[in-house]
Amino acid sequence: MTAVEEVPLSAAGNPIGFGNMKRVEDQRFVRGQGNYVDDVNLPGMLHSAILRSPYAHARIKSIDTTAAEALPGVVAVITGKTLEGIPRPSLLGDNFAWMPTLSYDTQAVLATDKVRFQGQEVAYVIATDRYIAKDAVELIEVDYEALDPVMDAKKAMDAGAPVIRDDKGQTDNSITDVHGNKTWESGNAIGTAEAIEKAKNDPNCVVVTQEILYPRVHPAPMETCGAVSYLDKVTGQLTMYTTSQAPHAHRTVYAMVAGLPEHKIRIISPDIGGGFGNKVGVYPGYVLSVIGTIVTGKPVKWMEDRGENLMSTSFARDYHMTGTIAATKDGKILAVDVDVLADHGAFNGVAQPTNYPAGFFNIFSGSYDYPDAHCKVTPVYTNKAPGGVAYACSFRITEAAYVIERLVDCLAAEIEMDAADLRLKNLLRPEQFPYTSPTGWEYDSGEYEKTMRVAMEIAGYDELRKEQAEKRARGEYMGIGISFFTEGVGAGPRKDMDILGLGMADGIELRVHPTGKAVIRLSVQSQGQGHETTYAQIVAHELGIPPEDVEVVHGDTDQTPFGLGTYGSRSTPVSGAAAAVVSRKVRDRAKIVAAAALECSPDDLEWELGRWFVKGDKERGKTIQEIALLSHSSLELPEGVEGHLDATAVYNPPNLTYPYGCYICVVDVDPLTGQVKVRRFIAVDDCGTRINPMIVEGQVHGGLADGIGMALMELIAFDEDGNNLGGSFMDYLLPTAVECPDWELGETVTPSPHHPIGAKGVGESATVGSPAAVVNAVIDAISPFGVRHADMPLTPANVWRAIQGNNVRTDMAVE
Amino acid sequence: MQTPAPTDYVRATSVDDALAQLQKYGDEARIMAGGHSLIPMMRLRLARPEMLVDINDLDELKHIKIEGNEIVIGAMVRHREVLDSPILFEHYAAFRECEKVIADPVVRNRGTVGGSFCQADPAEDLSALGSALRGTVVIRNAQGSRTVPMREFHYGPYTTQVEDGEILTEIRIPIRPGAGSAYEKVERRIGDWAVASVGTFVVVKNGVVEDCGIGLAAVGAPHYSAPEAEAFLIGKEATEENLAQAAAIAADHCDPASDQRGPADYKKHLAKELTLRALRRSVQSSQGA
Ligand SMILES: Cc1cc2nc3c(=O)[nH]c(=O)nc-3n(C[C@H](O)[C@H](O)[C@H](O)COP(=O)(O)OP(=O)(O)OC[C@H]3O[C@@H](n4cnc5c(N)ncnc54)[C@H](O)[C@@H]3O)c2cc1C
Repeated sequence: MTAVEEVPLSAAGNPIGFGNMKRVEDQRFVRGQGNYVDDVNLPGMLHSAILRSPYAHARIKSIDTTAAEALPGVVAVITGKTLEGIPRPSLLGDNFAWMPTLSYDTQAVLATDKVRFQGQEVAYVIATDRYIAKDAVELIEVDYEALDPVMDAKKAMDAGAPVIRDDKGQTDNSITDVHGNKTWESGNAIGTAEAIEKAKNDPNCVVVTQEILYPRVHPAPMETCGAVSYLDKVTGQLTMYTTSQAPHAHRTVYAMVAGLPEHKIRIISPDIGGGFGNKVGVYPGYVLSVIGTIVTGKPVKWMEDRGENLMSTSFARDYHMTGTIAATKDGKILAVDVDVLADHGAFNGVAQPTNYPAGFFNIFSGSYDYPDAHCKVTPVYTNKAPGGVAYACSFRITEAAYVIERLVDCLAAEIEMDAADLRLKNLLRPEQFPYTSPTGWEYDSGEYEKTMRVAMEIAGYDELRKEQAEKRARGEYMGIGISFFTEGVGAGPRKDMDILGLGMADGIELRVHPTGKAVIRLSVQSQGQGHETTYAQIVAHELGIPPEDVEVVHGDTDQTPFGLGTYGSRSTPVSGAAAAVVSRKVRDRAKIVAAAALECSPDDLEWELGRWFVKGDKERGKTIQEIALLSHSSLELPEGVEGHLDATAVYNPPNLTYPYGCYICVVDVDPLTGQVKVRRFIAVDDCGTRINPMIVEGQVHGGLADGIGMALMELIAFDEDGNNLGGSFMDYLLPTAVECPDWELGETVTPSPHHPIGAKGVGESATVGSPAAVVNAVIDAISPFGVRHADMPLTPANVWRAIQGNNVRTDMAVE
Repeated sequence: MQTPAPTDYVRATSVDDALAQLQKYGDEARIMAGGHSLIPMMRLRLARPEMLVDINDLDELKHIKIEGNEIVIGAMVRHREVLDSPILFEHYAAFRECEKVIADPVVRNRGTVGGSFCQADPAEDLSALGSALRGTVVIRNAQGSRTVPMREFHYGPYTTQVEDGEILTEIRIPIRPGAGSAYEKVERRIGDWAVASVGTFVVVKNGVVEDCGIGLAAVGAPHYSAPEAEAFLIGKEATEENLAQAAAIAADHCDPASDQRGPADYKKHLAKELTLRALRRSVQSSQGA
């Protein structure tokens, strides 16, 4: 299903503009010819491995590396003590044992005083091969004094709770953000409280409160994190091949951490095997590979294994939310309040714009028209891995969409109103856009009801409800779940958004060679999103050059302009806009050149795809390829006009874009075993203009699978002793094709009014929107047992327990 | 990439050769069959054998055949071959049902019957079925072979009667004319180990249960079996009430542990529910025979 206008095809059969086109990068991916960090092998390269803490919380009394150092093939063993001894000429602490996080906290590169989560980096071995490095890791002897860990976020602030960050002189486990606040509030506190109080006392109103946990999950990209670092002592140049979603931002961080000048650092992100936010953060392993090359003078490879990836790198979510929704009994929403306890692990490493300590969570007021909303988010330290924004979450919009969509269903149950009717009654109306939400977001465009009706139409909603009633009468439990979500993506306007002081605008460069072939250089970094195809299509759309004539260069800081990278669905909204803007600059320059060649005024020229021609005389014109050659020729150009067509741009988005969608999920539940079968899943997305609908659908398919995974099986829980219970793919379950139904997709297209091509970004829509649809469907199925809520993941055991009326904390070990 | 500790490797050419190799390296040696339990453990460095004796070339262990009133399955028969075997399907449809829910096609293409029994994971599906069918296991060493009932084969989780220097060569399953059988499993996701699983067979004559077997995995049933429930059911009418009563007795016999797959009370409940479902279907297919 596509609603793309007809465009001409290139000789190769590709659309010169928007439309379905096979992904250019798949040529190498499907042949196994991708080039990932672990494929990088440099002459003389050494390998490395990290010794990690078995304890969640322990004091390090001593570390003995003698036996490891004696193992043949071991080149160096580095501990926190070694790093403490290396002075750092930078602003960020005075030695290498600690590094800054993306949230202005500090994180240990190698533990010196204490370990603070299971899997934390304790020592680093460099050896001639990977096996020897691992063998040596086993020979390091660490004497630990075990301390009580804080594993339950709800107990982190108890009086007498063990203090995790004594390194910072803390006396409790509260987190203070860079603005000096221990909590972060948004919206209208007083108005919301009053509206809820009023509703409580009004016989025509209801107030529903529900505790809702979004448990800790992990992005688990197919490729784990790693780096090959090489400091060339002759040139002083540090080259780093690394799994990074944000090469330029990482370069700046390394410049700060290592005290090296930025122009002497080159970050290369070759093919990246999935990111989902996991590759936004800077991890100790990356830094250690840099230290490794500094110490040995040789290239050093560090590549974590699966367990290390799951246990130590950026997790996602871990939000304990209490939501309150007030409404009239006939279903008009009046106010929503959400109180969040946020578990940030041992170091505050979340990646989000500085002014948004809880990301964009405050978009939780959702897609509905009501005046009062308020949230309060309180972060705490626990003895768990740091990180906290990863996994296709759009800066916490996943948590926001989940909490409001669950609350709406709780309300529907309370007032016994159909969940679709309740949503239809409250959805924002087209004439309200641009709409300012109660927490201050300005939604750019939307026709929500239309999108919802398309989804209900595909689902056959009324028939489904009939089928459900018949089945219930027979004792069969089928459920229908709806989720309507709105995201704000494309961070972001520079005046408001930065990470570590780096404003979130993206640079771009477009070169047009004399023959009309073009090279576009991007700062954003594909991890599977298909940038090499999409960006060629944007240039094709703007200039009329066949997409196969456009080379897309990315993933190398020496070859691309500065920009903040790919996460939070920001590539198309920010760099995609930059690509259109820079193409238009080229087009404008081409107009001047064409006018000179055609001996007319630029004002007399008119554009058709790929060509400027004289108004009223269609025959008299020049194609963009002809103009490219002319721009390099001896043709005389007007005073002050430079030759060539090359252009650069920096795009500073005026606002976020607001993709949205309506998802409907149909499940069958066996109440005697608790097993859930997702029978159907309908996803209607509106992401504005679709550049390559096939890629959009691929993004949606992947995100829906993620959503089923999170709703039904993915989980990183911990036991009381601090053991990570999701540290391998035996324990951390990812969905397979068997759990995924044939996705039924639909679309509406409401372009963003402020984006040059009207595109909104879709990379995370399905991950944001789908978990609520699945959970709502399961709860709907088992509602005859009196169940109104159960926390993810809805494993058979958790569904069965919910039916028994025995909801449990899913983030703790099963007892 | 997970890297195992240093190890050495030899490829056996016959059962005798394998036994000789095992003898030579003593308790430092481990047999490698499909490698789908052993290699993951080595990569996590939970297992660190110094010598791997690979038995993948041993064609003498790759048969599924009938001898007298027994079906004989060689130790090196792959899950995939059990799944596809017409002989096994003809006598016990449960084999196919069980194999369908063991791991995934990639694991089934390599993993073996012998490896599954010797691994003795408490959630091992084939062991539960083998126990339900009251089969026997043939173990060979330098001195000769011995036959051990399946319900004595396992000492407990991950430990069996196979000693250092020994090989499991075959599994033997008695044929029971007219038996119906079934396998039921609840897993969190396809390819995951069982939260609970149950295999049963029932022989019904004139509405009365003449013989039956119940095997359970992952629920703490000693020897994967439920003898009290079998004793209760044999000689009784194959009614829903009796099946339910037998299922309840089977569940009582189980002592599951809580883990991330589920709490103990849930697993106990599943032991009952899945036993009932498997018995029901076994009775149906038995009467149909
Ligand atoms: C992802 C995954 C999912 C799985 N899911 C399931 C599941 O749902 N249900 C299930 O039942 N199983 C499951 N398994 C286990 C699978 O069936 C294994 O293949 C099986 O348990 C071991 O068989 P193998 O041939 O690979 O044995 P190996 O790994 O080669 O050996 C296992 C052990 O048995 C010993 N051994 C092997 N053969 C012999 C022999 N002939 N004599 C003496 N000792 C021997 C070895 O020394 C070793 O100690 C799963 C495995 C994986 C990797």
